[in-house]
Amino acid sequence: MSVTAATIRPVIPAQTIAILILLALAFIAVPHLASPYVIEAILLPFLALSLAGLGLNLLTGYAGQVSLGSAAFMAVGAFAAYNFNLRLGLPLPVTLVLAATTAAAVGLVFGLPSLRLRGFYLAVSTLAAQFFVQWALTKFGWFSNNSPSGVIAAPSLAFAGLSFDTREGRYLLSLSIVTLVTFLVHRLVNGPEGVNLIAVRDNETSARVIGIPVLRTKLWAFALSSAIIGLAGVLWAFTYLRTVEPAGFNLDRSFQILFIAIIGGLATIRGAFLGAALIVVFPLLLARLSGFFFDGSIDAGVVKLVERIVLGTVIIAFLIAEPNGLSAMLDRATRRLRSLFGRS
Amino acid sequence: MSFLKRIAPALLAASILTGGATASLADEQHFPLQSYRVGPYAAGGTGFFGGFIDYLNLINTRDGGVNGVKLTWSEGETEYEVEKGVEVYQRLKSNPGIAAWNPLSVGIAYAMIDGVTEDQTPLLTINHGRTDTTDGRVFPYVFPLLLNPYSETSGIINYIASKEGGHEALAGKKIVVLYHGSPYGKETIPIYELLAEKYGFELQQIEVPHPGNEQQAQWLTIRRERPDYVVLRGWGVMNPVALTTAQRNGFPADRIIGNVWSNSEEDVTPAGDAAIGYTAITTQASGTDYPVVQEIEDKIYGANLGNLSDPARIGSVYHNLGIVNGILNVEAIRIAQARFGNRTLTGDEVRWGFEHLQLSPERVKEVGAENLFHSINVTWDNHEGEGYVTFQQWDGQKWNVISDWIAPDWALLRPIIEASSEAYAAEKGLTLRTEADVDTVASPASN
Repeated sequence: MSVTAATIRPVIPAQTIAILILLALAFIAVPHLASPYVIEAILLPFLALSLAGLGLNLLTGYAGQVSLGSAAFMAVGAFAAYNFNLRLGLPLPVTLVLAATTAAAVGLVFGLPSLRLRGFYLAVSTLAAQFFVQWALTKFGWFSNNSPSGVIAAPSLAFAGLSFDTREGRYLLSLSIVTLVTFLVHRLVNGPEGVNLIAVRDNETSARVIGIPVLRTKLWAFALSSAIIGLAGVLWAFTYLRTVEPAGFNLDRSFQILFIAIIGGLATIRGAFLGAALIVVFPLLLARLSGFFFDGSIDAGVVKLVERIVLGTVIIAFLIAEPNGLSAMLDRATRRLRSLFGRS
Repeated sequence: MSFLKRIAPALLAASILTGGATASLADEQHFPLQSYRVGPYAAGGTGFFGGFIDYLNLINTRDGGVNGVKLTWSEGETEYEVEKGVEVYQRLKSNPGIAAWNPLSVGIAYAMIDGVTEDQTPLLTINHGRTDTTDGRVFPYVFPLLLNPYSETSGIINYIASKEGGHEALAGKKIVVLYHGSPYGKETIPIYELLAEKYGFELQQIEVPHPGNEQQAQWLTIRRERPDYVVLRGWGVMNPVALTTAQRNGFPADRIIGNVWSNSEEDVTPAGDAAIGYTAITTQASGTDYPVVQEIEDKIYGANLGNLSDPARIGSVYHNLGIVNGILNVEAIRIAQARFGNRTLTGDEVRWGFEHLQLSPERVKEVGAENLFHSINVTWDNHEGEGYVTFQQWDGQKWNVISDWIAPDWALLRPIIEASSEAYAAEKGLTLRTEADVDTVASPASN
């Protein structure tokens, strides 16, 4: 009896099946069923911020290097893609790769201090990236094609005769990029490079002793993380807002991405998605609920401030209940469900 | 059962999140407001949206709406952030009977240009916005009403010329422009250069990095240069700091001319005595001496319907700007109703109204706003509408108007605007509209 049970057990793990179903839903059902509001105001920012969270998680979660410059790398990606498209007129995928490469190069430069600095000191040095990039993009009109107001419109997204300018097109483009990058990151962190990253994070000296190239691993983490965050910047500017301005990539955005990584769960892939979902959806939900209950009766400004307090409290509560983030919470929940249904 | 119980809150949340607002369509015209009442720019947001709502309220309570069509509005908080503004836009755009959008944020407006063009709904950026949207040939649905940044620049120079005794007297004068280190601050750099070349004054433009709470170096330079005037193109905290630093460096406040985002009570009050004598440009006078403002004070605040939490702010610069914005929106609807009928109009019909928004000084007097603002003359290809500017001086308590209505040099600026808008059209692959396109209007049936 037990032998047969073992042999008919599916070869593909349940988790893979779940992910495939989720992807099928996201690729096929969502573009047909979701309302314009859900795609434009929830899914597009969710995808861009998830990708940014994933990029930062690689650096902070897996490699243990704190960065407060994420928004700067998003800006580098967005402005690089804009300029490559404008000045060279390259096909969309090439533009995307070049934008990611540019962000990686800038990330590499600002990652150099990580060779000497750790923890808070490193965080402060990545702040330099945040301020420098924003300053440079504002200061030199060339980056925004000397547009008088410095705010530029995203170009039309077309590739191989297909246009991605429609709402559904932009969503599918975002989703494809996020899926592809997530798959690559998944392969990577489960391979030898992933082990190197974690070794550097957990104990740098031991890692060095057992022959892991610490310096190379750190720089490589900075470059790769920046490339992914740069791609997220392209998605943010090109598929979501459809406009690019340096002020949109400020320190607040860097913090937002850091919170996504921490709340979602460091050193997990799905943490970035869970964290981004919370950061994007929860404030909207709260705004809707308060609008629903208090519309007109209380000053709108007061309601907004109360919402912020509630959001902050909920985040603190989450982190106290589960310091390892939403990802760990989901783990517990699925384990409980499995024990519930698995008993039969 | 327990599973259902567990997901019930989530389902409720999802339905609230995705469900649009439902409202009856019984001859109502709707204004979705992307307001900002918290965050660093709350002073401007509460004043402007307060004045706008107060005026809509006045039209409803006094006249029963515009020719019987009631005005409604709903608010979404943006905190002046682009992505929040976009979310509010997406959320509110399903409301029926939308007349126009008024985000009062250039960043949010930029992100909406494609969307409102697709929706065929007007987007108003009174006193600010992307300068080249003035060209209605390229931007049919965007209206930088009254004053775009280029006209503002020209208005300031014309005012200085009038003080000095004519444009000829500008030759040899020295003007320093102190600008905020942001896209907004840098937008007028080429225009000041153009005007300096044309009139022969000496020009120096100095940047103040955002947010501008440290300006010692800039004012030391100014002290060394001894300019005749300093133009303050500031934003937020930069303005009071400029005034106090000027005082410390011995530069007289009455030689500092503020631009349209440096002209509110909130910009001068924190500077205290240092602001006395400071002069700033405006398109709408401040104070409560105007019939429409007084009516709002009596009928709206008297009946406890006012939107400002502090009634002392009635007649402040931002509040009056909101009122003027209300007048322009309501009159555009009125003009469109005269053509399409007294009913709920489509966004495209309201667009037609804005493209015929011609209010002579006499008409402005009829709506109770004589001297509150001068006039407006929007046409299908000029979406700014030749707004006049005036100058006000701070006496420590309130602003006093100290100049006539001054016209910017529109003819000089138009070719620059057209070059920019045509470049945009080429980049986006748009064909320029002609006058014949103005009357192609989407009616309710086709919506």
